[in-house]
Amino acid sequence: MSTAAAQFRQDARRLTADLRHRQLIQTALGKYEVKRDENKALFQDYEGARQFAAETKWEAINHLDQYLDQFVRGLEARGTKVHWATTAQQARDLIVGIVRGKNARRIVKSKAMTAEEIHLNEALEKAGFEVVESDLGEFIVQLRNEPPYHIVFPAMHLSRGEIKDVFQKKLHDAPSDEPEELTMVARRVLRQKYLQAEVGITGANFAVADTGMISVTENEGNARLTAALPKTMITLLGIEKIVPRLEDLGLFLPMLATVGAGQLISGYNTMYGGPRQPGEADGPDEFHVVLLDHNRTAILADAEQRDALHCIRCGACLNVCPIYRNVGGHTYGTTYPGPIGGVITPHLRGLQEWKHLSYSSSLCGACTEACPVKIDLAHHLLQNRRNATRQKPSGWQKFAFKLFAPVANGRVMWMLVTKCGRIGQKLHPLLRGKPLDPAYCWTKTRDLPPIAPQSFKEWWRTRA
Amino acid sequence: MTVTLFIPCFIDLFYPQVGVAMVRILERLGHRVVCPEAPACCGQPAFNTGYWDESRAVAEKVLEQLKDAEVVVIASGSCGAMMKVFYPDLFVGTPHAPLAKAVAAKCYEFSQFLVDKLGVTDLGARFPHKVTYHDGCHSLREMQIHTAPRKLMAKVGGLELVEMKQTVCCGFGGTFSAKFPAISTAMGEVKCDLALETDAEYLVSIDSSCLMHLQGLIDRQGKKLKTINLAEILVQS
Repeated sequence: MSTAAAQFRQDARRLTADLRHRQLIQTALGKYEVKRDENKALFQDYEGARQFAAETKWEAINHLDQYLDQFVRGLEARGTKVHWATTAQQARDLIVGIVRGKNARRIVKSKAMTAEEIHLNEALEKAGFEVVESDLGEFIVQLRNEPPYHIVFPAMHLSRGEIKDVFQKKLHDAPSDEPEELTMVARRVLRQKYLQAEVGITGANFAVADTGMISVTENEGNARLTAALPKTMITLLGIEKIVPRLEDLGLFLPMLATVGAGQLISGYNTMYGGPRQPGEADGPDEFHVVLLDHNRTAILADAEQRDALHCIRCGACLNVCPIYRNVGGHTYGTTYPGPIGGVITPHLRGLQEWKHLSYSSSLCGACTEACPVKIDLAHHLLQNRRNATRQKPSGWQKFAFKLFAPVANGRVMWMLVTKCGRIGQKLHPLLRGKPLDPAYCWTKTRDLPPIAPQSFKEWWRTRA
Repeated sequence: MTVTLFIPCFIDLFYPQVGVAMVRILERLGHRVVCPEAPACCGQPAFNTGYWDESRAVAEKVLEQLKDAEVVVIASGSCGAMMKVFYPDLFVGTPHAPLAKAVAAKCYEFSQFLVDKLGVTDLGARFPHKVTYHDGCHSLREMQIHTAPRKLMAKVGGLELVEMKQTVCCGFGGTFSAKFPAISTAMGEVKCDLALETDAEYLVSIDSSCLMHLQGLIDRQGKKLKTINLAEILVQS
């Protein structure tokens, strides 16, 4: 078992036994579901919209080379410097290099999962820069030295009391645990940071090919300040963020807000096309866009799972996932948790090391049903399992399943299993629920049903 | 009609009464029931664990047994999904591909067969109890079975159906329940809490594998809830 898998198991055991955590997450996501459904109902034809969104992303991903080219040409025409990074290391080096070139010391950053993916903050801090997260949830988890718990709601695992505590400890300012007052504390701190920072880093929700613009969605106005106040702006995004046309955002912005946060539309939706142009009053002097591959092209090359690149990082699959809801976001130990993480992490970070994320699913399909761009998530988890065992089967499992075929398919063998099972069952109480029990993984928490005195097949034979 | 009934391994060993109920109901409706003796498994455990070659070895036998069937009725939504939805994927590019498709096309889960194929909803059953219904995920999302069991329950005398406030997986998930028992158990607890909230006496499903997991948890934790397969209700008069 890989180190990551062992850690996952250990953390999953701890979190599933934490009833306070269960209550907190079930309640929060239960409320989300209500709001999501209210807003879904406002679509004239939600299923039609979903189909259109899936087709639009299909078009973008299946012509990614052309659309990226168009996107970049548009940006460059307005003086944006575009950089291509094949690996996470290249992306980190590029960004550190840009910041160094500006003789900057302080960076303010808005929410970007792609930056989490390449561990950008650590790299920048190691290079001697101060990086401050400006999204409130990210600001809170940064104060706690934690990764985000959820790709849309980074601090959803924290109570207001815990937030007050960390503000008190790190900022020495927490008048009460009232959300409004805590927000005002964060605002006071962050306003100074925006003014001091020489560089602002953002992510992107969409990359619009025909106009050569990035689209950033947020609810706090922090990304706007991050982009507008510092002299240099850097945007890091994965190459899969492309949508072909500006008009596509007419669907994607409300879609993202609805399934991502249960909102009609997010508070702020901003387009950035380049640095400040002659005659413009504001905006950065320099605008850098860093396009990241980091194994996305491996997913692109996989015809079976290419649609995983449709993902708009809305978090809808996490929110409905009963596994996510029980083990929580940190347990996954990776940037993208939940079903989408189980699908793409083995591609991004190695199949054998991360295959447990494809296995830790009951394959219930709630994710596939929730996905606004129709990624076939549950089935991709199955394919990852198939690929993992093909590449490196487990000896005993392969043997067990090989043995299973003649046993399950043979009349006599099955009769034997039935009879031996009855005998084994008589002895079972001696071991039941104890670590020596061969069925311990079941019987530790659940009873096993008894084999019936007369099986169906035995009954059927009496009728013949 | 001659109905070929497929009895999955866990129904055979643990819940024979479910299969017996199905035979009685189908015969009462005037159909001839045949039941191939040999295959006891559809191959889903190996398939879901990633061992597709081993799964195919099991499934090939099933296909051979069912190739001449007029219709196949499966005593489980999950195994039904394996045969109807996943066999074509499993056999793609193999000599069995056309047969897998042909068999898949004539597969039905039991309640789906009654309602969608036969157009029967009223079996004259009586079950004077308050119940809630668990949608097995494969039944619901792979087989698209949602209304059929509810239509059947609506015609059962004395039965009162109270829906749970959320449709969510019970946590069984086949080999998942053994590979990740802590997660599976927590999911089962969430499911039981939802069922208990309805104040129902019985938790009904067309998926005995889900019920095996839930009943195991109920028995261990002494919860006030009983599980029952829909066929067992429909056979009562």
